[in-house]
Amino acid sequence: MLILSSEKTDNPARIERTYYLISENIRIDGREREDYRPMEIETDVVSHAFGSSRLRLANTDVLVAVKIEVDAPYPERPLEGKLEFFVDCSANATPEFEGRGGEELAVELSNCLSSAYRSEEVFNLKKLCIMKGRKCWKLYVDILLLEVGGNLFDAVSIAVKAALWNTQIPKIKSINVDGSNIDIQVCDDIFSCTKLDVTGAPLMVTVCKIGDKCIVDPNAAEEQCSVGAVVVAVSRGNICTISQTGTGSFHPDTFKSCLILGISVAQRLEDSLTETLGEIKANQDVGFLK
Amino acid sequence: MSRKKELISNIGLRLDGRRAGELRRIRCKLGVFSEPDGSAYIEQGLTKVLAAVYGPHQVRGGRSKAQHDSAIVNCQFSMAVFSTGERKRRPRGDRKSTEMSIHLHQALVAAIKVELYPWTQIDVYVEVLHADGGIYPACVNAATLALIDAGIPLKEYVCACTASLANDDIPMIDISHQEEVMGGPTLTVAALPMSKKVVLLEMSQRFHVDHLPKVLKTALQGCVDIKNILDVTVSNNVKEIGSSTRWGNMT
Repeated sequence: MLILSSEKTDNPARIERTYYLISENIRIDGREREDYRPMEIETDVVSHAFGSSRLRLANTDVLVAVKIEVDAPYPERPLEGKLEFFVDCSANATPEFEGRGGEELAVELSNCLSSAYRSEEVFNLKKLCIMKGRKCWKLYVDILLLEVGGNLFDAVSIAVKAALWNTQIPKIKSINVDGSNIDIQVCDDIFSCTKLDVTGAPLMVTVCKIGDKCIVDPNAAEEQCSVGAVVVAVSRGNICTISQTGTGSFHPDTFKSCLILGISVAQRLEDSLTETLGEIKANQDVGFLK
Repeated sequence: MSRKKELISNIGLRLDGRRAGELRRIRCKLGVFSEPDGSAYIEQGLTKVLAAVYGPHQVRGGRSKAQHDSAIVNCQFSMAVFSTGERKRRPRGDRKSTEMSIHLHQALVAAIKVELYPWTQIDVYVEVLHADGGIYPACVNAATLALIDAGIPLKEYVCACTASLANDDIPMIDISHQEEVMGGPTLTVAALPMSKKVVLLEMSQRFHVDHLPKVLKTALQGCVDIKNILDVTVSNNVKEIGSSTRWGNMT
């Protein structure tokens, strides 16, 4: 229990084994290169949010909650609502996140998400308009990282999609305009809500390069061995964002094969996520007590 | 006067249907995460808190902070931005969280046997997922469980509880958010319930000093009750962990 070294280094023998195994298409934990670790997803975890989800991907734990507020739309986009991502790296995940330690990672994640959701085909913000140029819904998607065990981008994107799928937007009963005053009456019945259309919501796949092979869903040890990674955000089979992370360099051919791998994996992920979300029943026992 | 009267109805029930001396339902679990050395989750009514403990480990950020005769206990309190009814701007770093961190430190240092681990540091991080009154007590209780899960020697449990005075006369235990907002004084006590020592006492608003003993007594009773609940969870957890070696069957 008493560790007298703060540095987190895997021993070289282990890294070498990782290299060797990946070139043989079998990884340390027995997976193949394109396999994901077991995933667990729950929705409606945060009772006072409009939508929420919790995803556990092996050791990675992400909690997402969606809150809605009424806001004024941007003057240049009077017909659109607003969508904002906020990532909070809890120090519970690792002591390195203490204070402002997790801010860099948080900004990287939230920027990647907002650029993935920017396109209209991906997520239609026009549905969030209440009254042109005057009022719109603003969705705050708050992501809380509770445990970090590798492959954050994928986990966060899946959890965000599930939370948006779960989100219920109150119905508007009437709008009274009195000069500059706008009075919005929300439907009294708490069960009459509209759901968001999330079929186009992107899923991100991190393709990690180890040696001369590419893998998906790297665990923490594999992330340390890799020279670099490409995050591909895929929506309905089309790429909506690519971002390269890490310090390594890629040959354009490798890059291309990474993207192709990313698209095919994202498609599979999408199918199984849709299937899983469809199976979720209301009033299931959820939370950390299970 | 008329507002305070509403806190307890004339048949002796509070706004959420509890009696004056009743705690909200407490549910807790040890070892929720695998990365930290110890972790715990607690629900007190709707208030939900996660705690994680790392350590004892080498002191981070230069050895100048290290102490030759005791471990440093480092606490950080943060609240998820979605934890309150209205969305918060920042999860930590504001004045209230800093104060919470300091108070948490105060309560935990009183219970941890810091003298056993000189030159080391123990990190305690708490994360509030849902705030519905009594945040500080829930954090202390969660931190205690996480410390136990991490196997760090404690003098005894450290538990916290709030109490208030309703109708200018009746002491009330475990204040919910609704009752906090409606007004009335709140007394927060962190205590070592087995030796009945108070390690932290904080009071907001005012009431007559004559009322203090009975409110304090109520809060201390709350700490004892909470300790009993935590104790059951801990022993069940130990039994479960040890079931492979069948030590749960030993008498």
